[in-house]
Amino acid sequence: MTSRPTPPTRSTVRRTARKPAWKTALGVFFTLVMLFPVYWMVNVSFTQTRDLRADPPHWFPWDPTFEGYQAVFAQQLPALGTSLLIGLGCVALTVAISAPAGYALALLHLRGGRTLNFLLLVAQMIPAVVMAMGFYAVYNNLGLLNTVGGLIVADSTVAVPFGVLLYTAFMSGIPRELLQAARVDGAGAWRTFRSIVLPVSRNSTLTVALFAFLWAWSDFIFASTLSRNGDLIPITLSIYNYIGNNTTQWNAIMATAVVASVPAAILLVVAQRYVAAGVTAGAVKD
Amino acid sequence: MTTTEAVAAAVAPPGTDRARAARRRRGPAASQWTALGFAAPLLAYLILFYAYPLLRNIDLSVHDYTIRAFVQGNAEFVGFDKYVEVFTSSAFPTALWNTAVFTVVSIVFQYAIGLALAVFFRSGFRLSGLLRAMFLVPWLLPLIVSASTWAWMLNSENGIVNSVLGAFGVEQINWLTSPDTALLSVTIANIWLGVPFNLVILYSGLQNIPGEVYEAASLDGAGPWKQFWSITFPLLRPVSAITILLGLIYTLKVVDVIWIMTTGGPGNASTTLAIWSYREAFGTGQPDFSPAAAVGNLLILIALVFGFLHLQLQRRQEDS
Repeated sequence: MTSRPTPPTRSTVRRTARKPAWKTALGVFFTLVMLFPVYWMVNVSFTQTRDLRADPPHWFPWDPTFEGYQAVFAQQLPALGTSLLIGLGCVALTVAISAPAGYALALLHLRGGRTLNFLLLVAQMIPAVVMAMGFYAVYNNLGLLNTVGGLIVADSTVAVPFGVLLYTAFMSGIPRELLQAARVDGAGAWRTFRSIVLPVSRNSTLTVALFAFLWAWSDFIFASTLSRNGDLIPITLSIYNYIGNNTTQWNAIMATAVVASVPAAILLVVAQRYVAAGVTAGAVKD
Repeated sequence: MTTTEAVAAAVAPPGTDRARAARRRRGPAASQWTALGFAAPLLAYLILFYAYPLLRNIDLSVHDYTIRAFVQGNAEFVGFDKYVEVFTSSAFPTALWNTAVFTVVSIVFQYAIGLALAVFFRSGFRLSGLLRAMFLVPWLLPLIVSASTWAWMLNSENGIVNSVLGAFGVEQINWLTSPDTALLSVTIANIWLGVPFNLVILYSGLQNIPGEVYEAASLDGAGPWKQFWSITFPLLRPVSAITILLGLIYTLKVVDVIWIMTTGGPGNASTTLAIWSYREAFGTGQPDFSPAAAVGNLLILIALVFGFLHLQLQRRQEDS
């Protein structure tokens, strides 16, 4: 990702040799400033209820409490489960639709492919609040309000255009020889797709899946409009309701927020290999 | 969150189009029916879950839908009445102005901070890769998480921000509850959210500027400041343009952050067009879908203008 076109000449080697430490220090400082709200969330989640309104506030939870986290596991497990279900459903739907579409666009010379690409770009510009209204009206007639399935479909509208564009970009780079060899061996389009194109596109699938999951997991607009009165509400909506109901229990709210951030944290660790590489690979290309 | 689609959108098309054009020249296409078969799920999906809800939305905006009409399905056709109602409403100029301020201020600061950080990280120092990865955190967190954290930090009585300012003798600021600062507060939170996106795209843009250019410049005795203004900034202009336009498109849509922090209040102090639409439809006990849909369609129109600008720009860069 950080590869530059120039080979490491002597001058660059020398330059790297005396990397100034003050820059690292400055970089750490910037990062700390940037991540302060995240630290504060964790700090508050461990703070005793009586200390929440202390002045000056406690900068570090010297006397940590786990009440908030106990509350999370006592009350929020169904919501976390719902979010997990919606996230996984959204991943399955997104991959099932965008991988074959990417194949058709990139390798099967689908007529009208340019127009389709254009429509997908436009689709990404439509505000979610407008989609939410449209879905509300449609779901109201179909009886899909407050259902997990309905929410999965709505959430996937964010990820599907992204998925198709990413698959198309990657699959057009697959060497023709590979596909020709398959054809010589007598493989049809479906066989080629299943046993060559899909396995080769593994990293794209991971990227699409991870983002589809994260977006569905983080969604608030669709959840708060299409699933307001459901029995099964996702964690984002649960946090929102929590804030509305007990404004004094900020340590519990923040504990829920910390737990809700876990997938993002996992993604960040995995992202180092797949996501950042996948997304920036496109950026560096040509 | 939506920022990653942006990256893919910014990044995906050029290679594809070119590759496809090359292939078209090479020979007869495989059976169109096979291609159509593979694309069929997507086409069905786009019709069912994009076109249909959007049509329904237009339908909402030209009828007088109340919650009762919704259930009974006998809303009266009113043509453009709802649009007129929206345009002449006293909330309209406020919402338009707030949208402009929120968007422009957010973009300017996100871009400036993102660019400064990208240049800083480009110089490469120990831990720079790790620190750059850490910068992604705000971008990956669910918006409800970051927005509620900011709301608590900006809390009037118990917020850390006021506590720190108080130590310097500043009097209590009612960040989220005063009409003077509500818009400022949500803008600050939104800038924080958008910096990672700008950093990522601009950093990858910087990677494409060959190192020799800088080496030549530094041989000519150009200092870092001169190098930035005479090399980095001009060469980065195409990437900058796309970053800013995508930023515009995505900032126009923002609902979550503002809604969670202030619900657009107090009064209409932090109400943008997107928030207005959301509030009319879902934010009160009395859903009023028709004006909400009218505002929503206006928002689509604005987003599309910037969207086409973006596509135009991308096409021009592809050609050059």
